Amino acid sequence: MRNNMKNRMTSTAVALALFGTVFLAGQSAQAAGNTPKPPAQSWSFSGMFGTFDRAAAQRGLQVYREVCAACHSLRLVHFRQLSGLGYKEAQIKALAAEVEVTDGPNDEGEMFDRKGTPADKFPSPFANAKAAAASNNGKAPPDLSLMVKARIGGADYLHGLLNGYEAAPAGFKVPEGGAYNKYFPGHVIAMAAPLSDDAIEYQDGTKATVAQMATDVSTFLAWAAEPELEERKSMGIKVLLFLLIFTGLLFAVKRKIWEDVH
Amino acid sequence: MSEKQMHPIIKWIDYRLPVFSFMEHELHEYPTPKNLNYWWNFGSLAGIVLVIMLVTGIVLAMHYTAHVDYAFDSVERIMRDVNYGWLIRYIHMNGGSMFFIVVYIHMFRGLYYGSYQAPREILWMIGVFILLAMMATAFMGYVLPWGQMSFWGATVITNLFSAIPIVGDSIVTLLWGGFSVDNPTLNRFFSLHYLMPFVIVGLVVLHLWALHMHKSNNPLGIDAKTDQDSLPFHPYYTIKDLFGLGAFLIFFAYFVFFQPNFFGEPDNYIVANPLQTPPHIVPEWYFLPYYAILRAFTADFFLYAYTPIAWIMSAKLAGVLAMFASILLLLLMPWLDGSKVKSSKFRPVYAMFFWIFFLDCIVLGVVGGKPAEGVWIYIGQATTTYYFVHLLVIIPLVSRLERPKTPPESISAAVTSKAEG
Amino acid sequence: MSDTADPAASAEIDEQTRRDFLFTTTAAVGAVGLATAVWPFIDQMNPAADTLALASTEVDLGPIEEGQSITVVWRGKPVFVRHRTADEIKSAGEDDKAELPDPETDAARVQQPKWLVMIGICTHLGCIPLGNKSGEPKGEFGGWFCPCHGSHYDTSGRIRKGPAPNNLPIPAYNFLSDTKMKIG
Repeated sequence: MRNNMKNRMTSTAVALALFGTVFLAGQSAQAAGNTPKPPAQSWSFSGMFGTFDRAAAQRGLQVYREVCAACHSLRLVHFRQLSGLGYKEAQIKALAAEVEVTDGPNDEGEMFDRKGTPADKFPSPFANAKAAAASNNGKAPPDLSLMVKARIGGADYLHGLLNGYEAAPAGFKVPEGGAYNKYFPGHVIAMAAPLSDDAIEYQDGTKATVAQMATDVSTFLAWAAEPELEERKSMGIKVLLFLLIFTGLLFAVKRKIWEDVH
Repeated sequence: MSEKQMHPIIKWIDYRLPVFSFMEHELHEYPTPKNLNYWWNFGSLAGIVLVIMLVTGIVLAMHYTAHVDYAFDSVERIMRDVNYGWLIRYIHMNGGSMFFIVVYIHMFRGLYYGSYQAPREILWMIGVFILLAMMATAFMGYVLPWGQMSFWGATVITNLFSAIPIVGDSIVTLLWGGFSVDNPTLNRFFSLHYLMPFVIVGLVVLHLWALHMHKSNNPLGIDAKTDQDSLPFHPYYTIKDLFGLGAFLIFFAYFVFFQPNFFGEPDNYIVANPLQTPPHIVPEWYFLPYYAILRAFTADFFLYAYTPIAWIMSAKLAGVLAMFASILLLLLMPWLDGSKVKSSKFRPVYAMFFWIFFLDCIVLGVVGGKPAEGVWIYIGQATTTYYFVHLLVIIPLVSRLERPKTPPESISAAVTSKAEG
Repeated sequence: MSDTADPAASAEIDEQTRRDFLFTTTAAVGAVGLATAVWPFIDQMNPAADTLALASTEVDLGPIEEGQSITVVWRGKPVFVRHRTADEIKSAGEDDKAELPDPETDAARVQQPKWLVMIGICTHLGCIPLGNKSGEPKGEFGGWFCPCHGSHYDTSGRIRKGPAPNNLPIPAYNFLSDTKMKIG
C-alpha cells in the first residue's frame, strides 16, 4: 500500500517535471522569434483519411505554370505523375508537349530541341543555380518540389507566406530588393508578392483571389512533395486495422498460455 | 521435442551440426524467470528492429546512389518511382528512431533493476558497445540522403575530432578524404553504414551468449533457484514477446504511415549546400542529450573553469571528451554501484535518484534541441553537471550507504504472496 | 473416452477446442500478415515508374531512305529499323521456300513489307549483328552477320547459317502514321 503511494508520487513528479520542461520549451520558442505562426488551414489532405482535392490541385498546377514557373523549378516532378491528380493520358501528353526539352546528342553529335513527353520532368526556368541567382539579385529562387516538406509548418506556412505580404510596420526598414512578409522568418523576403487578384484566369471559372490561389497552389505543391500520400494513408489504415486485430488475438493467446502460471 | 521424437532427417543433421538441439535448448527449454514484467520485452524488440533495419537497408541500397550529385535525387526517386519505395524508406527512416526508443528503454530498465550487476557485467558492457555502434551507424546513415542537415551534421560531428591536440586536423582531413565533407566522405560513409549493422549483429550474438550464461535478471533482482522460479522460454515468453511486438508495431506503423517525418528535420528535404548553413543545426533527437553535454562546456562553465581541466585542455576538447565520457562511463556501472541488492524495488533512495537521472537525461535532450542561448545555457550546464555527479558521486555513495530492504526468499514465494495479498 | 456424460470432462474438451481454434486463427492471421508484408520487398525489384515510362519509343520514319537502316534504343536494347528495297522484299519472299532453321514467312515478320523492325541481338549469345550500317558486312544472305560466332541472317532477319537457333525477334510495334512508329 505504501509502496503504491510512493510509486504514484514518483510518476506524478515525473509527469509534472516533463510537463514543465515542455512548457518552458514552448515558451522560449515563442520568445525566440517575433515571426508569428501561420494560421492552420483545414487541408483536404490532412488527417488520417485525407486525400488531395483534385480540383484545387489542378487549379494549383495552373497557378504554378502561369505564375511560379517563371522563377521556380519543380525538378523532381515528371509530367507522367500528373495522372495522380486525375489528368488523362491525352491531357498529360498535351501539357508535356508545350515544353521544349533539350535532348541529344544526335548522330551528328549535336544537342537538339524536341517536344516534351510524359516521361520528361517539369522544365527549369534557369540553366543552373548560378544563372538563377544572377537573374534574381543574387538569390536563387528555391526549387518547389519538396517545399511543403522542407519548411516548418508545411502547407500552412506556404499558404501564410503567400497571404502574408503587407505594408511594413512603421519604423521597420525594408532593404532595397526586398519585400515585407508577416510570416517569413525575419520578415524581409527577396520574392516580391507573386499573387494578385485575378492575376490568372482559372479554367474552371473559379474566382482567382489571392487567398484562393494560395490555397490551390499550396495543395498542388503538397501533392508535388508527397505524391504517395493517398496510397500511404489508405495502406496505413489497413495496416493499423490488421495490427489491432492481430495484437488482440496475440493477447488472447498470451492470456490462455499464461492462465495456469502462478 | 526430445531426442527420441526427432525426425530421422533432423536427427541425422543434428548429430553432425547440432542446430536443432541448440535451438531447443536456447529458445524452447531455456529457463526464464517467471516474474518478468513488460519492460523485459524491449530486448527482443530491439533484435527485431535490427532485423527490420537490415532488410529495409539492403533493399534501399539497391536503389541508392552514393554520389554528391545523385544521392538526394536517388532518394527522391525511391520515394516517387520505385515500387513501394516510399514505404521501405519511411520504415528505415523511422526505424532508426524506433531502434533508439527501444534501446533506451531497454537500458533504463537495466539501470533501474540493476541488471548490470555481477555476474552480468560483460553482458552490460557489450550492450554499451552496441549503443556506440548504433550511434555511429545512425550518424553515417543520416548523411546519406545528402540534405542540408546531412551535410552540416557530418561537418559538425567530424569537426569534433579537430579538438584532439596536435593530430586533430590531420584526423579530420583523413575522415573527410579531402578538405571538406564531400564525395569521398559520402562514399566511405555509405560503405561503413552498410558494414556497421553486421558488426552490431556480431555484438548482439555476444550479448545473447553472455545473457544465456546466467539467464535474465528479473524485477526482484534475485536469482532463480528452483524450477518453481522459472518458465521455459517457449511458449511463455515467445508469446509474450510476440504480443509486445504487435503492440510496438502499431506504434511504429502509426509514424510510418501518418507522421513519417515527425522525427525528421524539414531542412533535410533541401539539397546539401556547402555554402549555406541552416540557421539552427540540430542532430537527430536520439543524439540531443550528448549534444547538450558537448555544448555545455564553454570557457566560463564552472565545471571547467574552476577545475584542473582548464589547465590541461581547451573547453572545446573538454566538451568532446565529456560527450564520449557520458557514454563510456556507463561501462563502469557494475563497479560504480556497490550495492549487494540489484533491484531498485528494495532501494528507495537509489530509486529516487534513478528517476532524477532519468529526468535529467530528458531535460538534456530538450536542451540539446534548443539554440545555445539565454537560460538554456544554464539549464544545459546544470543538467550536464548532474549527469556526471550522478554517475561518479551519487551512485557510488548511495549504493554503499543505503541499507536496502530485504528482498524475498525466492521468486515463486514473492509471486505467491502477491497473488494472495 | 466415451464417457462424455461427465460434465467436467466435456467442459475440458470444449476448452481444448476453443484453445486450438484461437491458436490456429492467430497463427493463420500472422502468416497472412507476414506474407503480405513480404510483397513490397519483392516488388521493389520490378521496374520502377521512371523505367516503365521509357518502356515505349517513338521513331520518326521520315528521314530513313530506301535501303537505309537505323538503330534505336528501346528498353536499353538496340532495335533495327530497316527501310527495305524492292529487291530485298522480293528475295525475302522467295526465301520463304528455302530451308530455314526457324521457319517463318516474311509476311509474318512485317506489318508493312518496306519496314522491317527487329531486336538487333543475335539469338545465339547476345552479340549485336553487323549489317545495319552501310559498309558493314551483311553476311552470305544479304541481311545481317554476327561476327562473334558467324551467324548469317537474311533480308527478313531470319537465321540461315551459323550457330544461332532462332530468327531475330520482332518487338511489339505499331504505326501511328505513315511516318511515325511506336515501339513497345
